Amino acid sequence: MNENSNTTELVQRLRAKQLINESRILTSLSDRASYAYDASFGHHIPEVVIQPTATNEVSEIITLANELHVPIYPRGQGTSLSGGPIPVYGGVVLDFSQWDDRLEIYPDDMIAVVSPGVITSHIDEAAKAYSMMYPPDPSSMNVSTIGGNLAENAGGPRGLKYGVTKDYVLGLEIVTANGDIIRTGGQTVKNVTGYDLTKLIVGSEGTLAVITEATLKLVPRPKAHKTMLVLFDDLIDSGKAISAILREGITPSKLEIMDQASIKAVEAYQPTGLPIDVEALLLIEIDGHPLAIEEEAEEVQECCLKNGAREVQIAKSAEEASKFWQARKLVSPAIVQVKPTKISEDATVPRSKIPEMFRILKEIKDANNIDLVVFGHAGDGNLHPNIIADVRDEEEMKRVEKAVGEIFEAAIALGGTLSGEHGIGTMKAPFMEMELGTKGLALMKTVKESFDPNNILNPGKIFPEKGQKLVLRDG
Amino acid sequence: MVDKRLAYKETFDCVQCGYCLPACPTYQTMNKETHSPRGRINLVKMAAEGKISYDDLKEPIDMCLGCRACETACPTNVQYGSILESAKEVLRDETKRSKREQFIEHALFEKLLPHSSMLSIAKFGLFSYQRLPLQFVARKTGVLKAVLPKGMVAFESILPKAERSKEKKSNDEDAPPGTVKVAYFLGCLMDTMFSTINDQAIQLLRKAGVHVTVVKDQSCCGALQSHGGDFKTARQLAKKNIEAFENGSFDYIVSSIGGCGAMLVEYDHLLKDEPAWKERAERFAKKHADISIVLAQSELTYNHHVNHTAVYQPSCHMTHVQKNVDAPFELIAKVPGLNYVPMDKQDLCCGSAGIYNIVNYEASMDILDYKMPAVVSAKPDLIITTNPGCHLQMKMGVEREGLSHQIQVKHLVEVIAESCL
Repeated sequence: MNENSNTTELVQRLRAKQLINESRILTSLSDRASYAYDASFGHHIPEVVIQPTATNEVSEIITLANELHVPIYPRGQGTSLSGGPIPVYGGVVLDFSQWDDRLEIYPDDMIAVVSPGVITSHIDEAAKAYSMMYPPDPSSMNVSTIGGNLAENAGGPRGLKYGVTKDYVLGLEIVTANGDIIRTGGQTVKNVTGYDLTKLIVGSEGTLAVITEATLKLVPRPKAHKTMLVLFDDLIDSGKAISAILREGITPSKLEIMDQASIKAVEAYQPTGLPIDVEALLLIEIDGHPLAIEEEAEEVQECCLKNGAREVQIAKSAEEASKFWQARKLVSPAIVQVKPTKISEDATVPRSKIPEMFRILKEIKDANNIDLVVFGHAGDGNLHPNIIADVRDEEEMKRVEKAVGEIFEAAIALGGTLSGEHGIGTMKAPFMEMELGTKGLALMKTVKESFDPNNILNPGKIFPEKGQKLVLRDG
Repeated sequence: MVDKRLAYKETFDCVQCGYCLPACPTYQTMNKETHSPRGRINLVKMAAEGKISYDDLKEPIDMCLGCRACETACPTNVQYGSILESAKEVLRDETKRSKREQFIEHALFEKLLPHSSMLSIAKFGLFSYQRLPLQFVARKTGVLKAVLPKGMVAFESILPKAERSKEKKSNDEDAPPGTVKVAYFLGCLMDTMFSTINDQAIQLLRKAGVHVTVVKDQSCCGALQSHGGDFKTARQLAKKNIEAFENGSFDYIVSSIGGCGAMLVEYDHLLKDEPAWKERAERFAKKHADISIVLAQSELTYNHHVNHTAVYQPSCHMTHVQKNVDAPFELIAKVPGLNYVPMDKQDLCCGSAGIYNIVNYEASMDILDYKMPAVVSAKPDLIITTNPGCHLQMKMGVEREGLSHQIQVKHLVEVIAESCL
């Protein structure tokens, strides 16, 4: 990183305005180094970290940055799995994690209005008091900020039935690249006034504008849940069972799959009594009216048994249900017991192609001699192939990089996508053209340039640099 | 080259998911990633690689409470304790310590805690200081304020009245066959300021039919020394204790102090690189049990009502290091008349953390002030603790809230004793 004199000037002029308390402008090396990373790969130290807690502060900072051509990197709590907040060109990290003062529920309108630094799960907890729910549930929801979720359009297990972050955003307050404060959308479900800028900003990974407030849609909270654990001797059968359940007219709130390697890893780590000779395990949760889900549970059981399930267990209590989910939760700690580096992908394929994707993943694993386990959200085709490696083993990491490229190719060849919920960031940028084509990517670039002509908003993300390749080793 | 003294290899186990952030007290009160577990691990790694200096690392490490709540929150079992310890030990050698730090540590570690002779003198000093008009004189004239750091002055006013510690005796007769036999670990601070709690603990064990031996030549556990990065002294103390306790067959080594217990159960880790001690340390560590575990298993009779509305502040070291979570709750549930109310932020450290509240007084009060609203809104008239450090800190919290006349602070042993003795 080269010291950028423009960043120094930005900080000087910002200080002169006496707008932001000195304690929220971080310049020491130990402070700056603490914002150099997220939960993925890459390490770049910013020149300054600023912690805004008001829209006018963001507007002032961005106005200066645009004038001085200083890169701006918005960051929530750094749980991104795609390099979203990493300051690859130095400049300013805008840390939004301290801006969480607004979390208001309007029960009559069934909406929530939130500051960007509010923790995702706090929104759902606040909604719960009114028997409502904020459904998007990325697994980092107890840590991640809503601002980060909006920027990355995060999703989670409930995506199958309830959709992802973008499906719950009614309106935004944003600061544009020239420092203007703008409102998009509104407070109503129906709104067709002009371009849908809200949906364009959501998932744009901080490259088009900076989100300073959001109006979110809430839904009624389901009265009851039921969890089932289903074992399959044959992976293909589990795919058939999933299709059968959905064709039956039942949409489970969660439908998760673990492959044999994941089950073995969990049993080796903390035995939960799962058989390790099955090829696949499904965890199914249905929600709704207590009477309705009793009946649906029977139907799901029938669908599974008809399609070759070895065994179906229905949780009789909340404790038993959480015991079932424990197996899924243990996958991550279990797999890093072998080697410390975890590369978590989220390539997503059409539901019917899941068995085919599993077959190709096994080929990729064998051909590259890598440790690969697969689990994920089977209901919506969003798989999480996780490669376990050691970042200090250069030769192994090269094989991993090759395998990751092959996973992306396979997903696209099957009609799927590079990323279901983690985002493109730095890691997947080199593969964008493969999915979108030259012209598709060029159109996106045109949008980016019209929003941010000086390329100050999260530069280095989404769009590949010339000749950029996937590198998971130090960088 | 990588600095091998730092737990560099262990830093790679962190996948930087950030799940530790909400569990970290200093991240909540200091408002930046630098003072979070993930941030500190990153900085230790960078220091080991020579990318930042030891001086850059010092403040983030000094500000860590060492409460280890991040270890419980971590989904990939990162050994944060090892990483922190290695950093403390290296920083002790490589960075300059302030006069104040040196003064406090010298006073505490080298003069007061480890030597039983010094200890009894100091204890006597404390005793006479509180009973004589000297206390009045010192407070009035501001002598204390001039000599002692702010943290010590603040705590001076809430120190319990030291009792002349009665010599604790072992059971006279040998244990009949089938009796649970325990060796009781006194703890230096506990036996100085909370001596009656040790007396009550031993009485309760006897009442529960347990045979108690008070092992001679036992020493300070070494926890405070290791918090300060002085592992040399900590290892010496550990060896003294291992030697003292291995002459005799006990089912358990029992202590009533969350922090000391955490140190004792990690003796195996502390001495892992010393082949002559490794196995002995493992045997010792395995035998340790907090008093709540032994009492919860026993058949004590709870005779008297203890009419209080109480919250419970678990000791972090008991929860996250000893992993003893359920036993105190089981005991609390058995006490007739005691109305236990859950409180928000229960698992959040109170900010006491060994001598953290004396060395880093302001930072510690920020954490306490972040915690206390949750205590107050539970409307208790009693706070139950399991560690003398937490005990004093919670007393301080009650005083800062102006509620000293409404809320008492008691050790769990005192509460059980009120009902059973």
